[in-house]
Amino acid sequence: MNTPFLLRRSVLAGGAATLIAPGIWTTPLPAAAQGGSGGTVVDITRARTDPIPIAIPAMAGIGGEGARLGQQIAAVVTQNLRGSGLFRPVERAAFIQSPEQAAQTPRFQDWRVIGAVALVTGRVDASADRLRVEFRLWDVIPEQQALGTVYNTSLGNWRQIAHIISDDIYKRMLGEEGYFNTRIAYVAETGPRDRRTRRLAIMDQDGENNRFLTDGQFQALTPRFHPNAQQIAFMSYLNNQPRVYLFNLQTGRQEVLGNFGGMTLSPRFSPDGRSVVLSAVRGGDANIFVVDLASRRERQLTSAAGLDVSPCFSPDGQQIVFNSDRGGDQQLYVMDANGGNVRRISFGNGRYATPVWSPRGDLIAFTRISRGQFAIGVMRPDGSGERILSEGWAMESPTFAPNGRVLAFQRETPARDGRGAGYSARLSSIDIAGFNERPLPTPTDATEPSWSALLG
Amino acid sequence: MAATKTLLAALAAAGLLAACSSTEESAATGGAGGAGAIRPGSQEDLVANVGDRVFFDTDRSTIRADQRPTLERQARWMQQHPTVQVMVEGHADERGTREYNLALGQRRANAARDVLVANGVAGARIQTISYGKDRPDALGSTEEAWARNRRAVTVVR
Repeated sequence: MNTPFLLRRSVLAGGAATLIAPGIWTTPLPAAAQGGSGGTVVDITRARTDPIPIAIPAMAGIGGEGARLGQQIAAVVTQNLRGSGLFRPVERAAFIQSPEQAAQTPRFQDWRVIGAVALVTGRVDASADRLRVEFRLWDVIPEQQALGTVYNTSLGNWRQIAHIISDDIYKRMLGEEGYFNTRIAYVAETGPRDRRTRRLAIMDQDGENNRFLTDGQFQALTPRFHPNAQQIAFMSYLNNQPRVYLFNLQTGRQEVLGNFGGMTLSPRFSPDGRSVVLSAVRGGDANIFVVDLASRRERQLTSAAGLDVSPCFSPDGQQIVFNSDRGGDQQLYVMDANGGNVRRISFGNGRYATPVWSPRGDLIAFTRISRGQFAIGVMRPDGSGERILSEGWAMESPTFAPNGRVLAFQRETPARDGRGAGYSARLSSIDIAGFNERPLPTPTDATEPSWSALLG
Repeated sequence: MAATKTLLAALAAAGLLAACSSTEESAATGGAGGAGAIRPGSQEDLVANVGDRVFFDTDRSTIRADQRPTLERQARWMQQHPTVQVMVEGHADERGTREYNLALGQRRANAARDVLVANGVAGARIQTISYGKDRPDALGSTEEAWARNRRAVTVVR
């Protein structure tokens, strides 16, 4: 399959610098040696069974700091691509041509012979606080440059540059957006199980740059990213009144959302970021409301008897999937965004909970509890095509990466004794095809991941 | 009869432990002092002489017939101590998802409050809160532990 427009954009676009993220400028890097079009795009389904062999030598450094960062950027790119399960970075011991020479002019034969179909080269110039990274992706078989970009930014952004380069490679090779320049918000849990401290935390998608956002004085639960990744909706026990709050990541400010006169929980932003859908408990029922963020007006969407929780918008904002026990036990329901046309979509064995709609719109991920086992699965929005991806003693809270190809979730282990020894809660990620389950590193126990959109 | 007494004693002991962990001030008078040291109208009084908690079936928040007498005793006790204000904490076991359990815990707390109100306690004296599955009393992962954790606990404020 060819995507000549991608090539054209990378190779032939004009030389003006573009601001792609706060403090990060890019300029296209014209092809060094060849013309022509074409280039390889690998189908994701094929890459799952046959990961793309790619060579990622250390980027050549200018100066000591440049050499160090050239190593580290290549290491982060390698880890990202390997972690996706769709790429197979070639062992460095096999390399024939030196990274310095490859950055000048690749000797394609040297990379073909070790099995690579793609080659990443680069040069890193780090001086004072400035960082200049020249990055090229080469198609080894047709011997041509597939991508070429110069990044100008400050030194502190080197990791983000590595993630952006990883996304560039993913998109060029697989024809879809990546998910590496993203963050994950979650609940960091410490202390004995009956008196746990639960704090909001945020980290890069690969576990780096971990930060705690709340001090743990009040329990914080269920963080969910705003589509612009600058705000988080969550639930706080501030003053012993569990309510939905908004946390602004730029200012660090928190504010309560709405005044429902009772517990509010399970917030999620609408895809346009202008409203929050949540659940509010009154008497014996929990119902779903949507709150307009500008006017703070609330509108009740459900009123049936029972507990309606965990609402989540479809990516086009037209529908909402939620979890309700109105029929006797927990099942998944879809309704129109105005509350009408409610229909049940889960009909398998067991209870279904925590539905989340894929950003691609094609799937809903869920937790299933059946015969004492928990599972994470996906089904189509009409309830058909249910597939279980992973099972365990306890797991929940799936969240989609922005490209809809990977899920993160929490996985717990049971206590071995009456003092709770052996209990743990950790984060994992898994390909939506049900392979490549991997732990997401966190410094403490962790629950309820929320994956951000691609950071701009 | 003997079995019932043992059960009550066990529940009372469990309640005392939970009270120590969930309220700051309750530890002071507990323990070796004996019945004479318990201040009437205190959490220790509620635990030792009334019963501070009721239990629920899985995923249910209806007050079981065998649990209702505890709430009726609590209501009488609150009428004997008219200045006492309470928080009813609703909890769930670990075999559910966090958000559903938060709502379920709130529904359990509300159900317990409704029985207190139906038995003559002014609603203004009762607040409710849910901790879902996040504050277990029994820390094991067994049926017995889960049964102990599906509870609504009345705590003197």
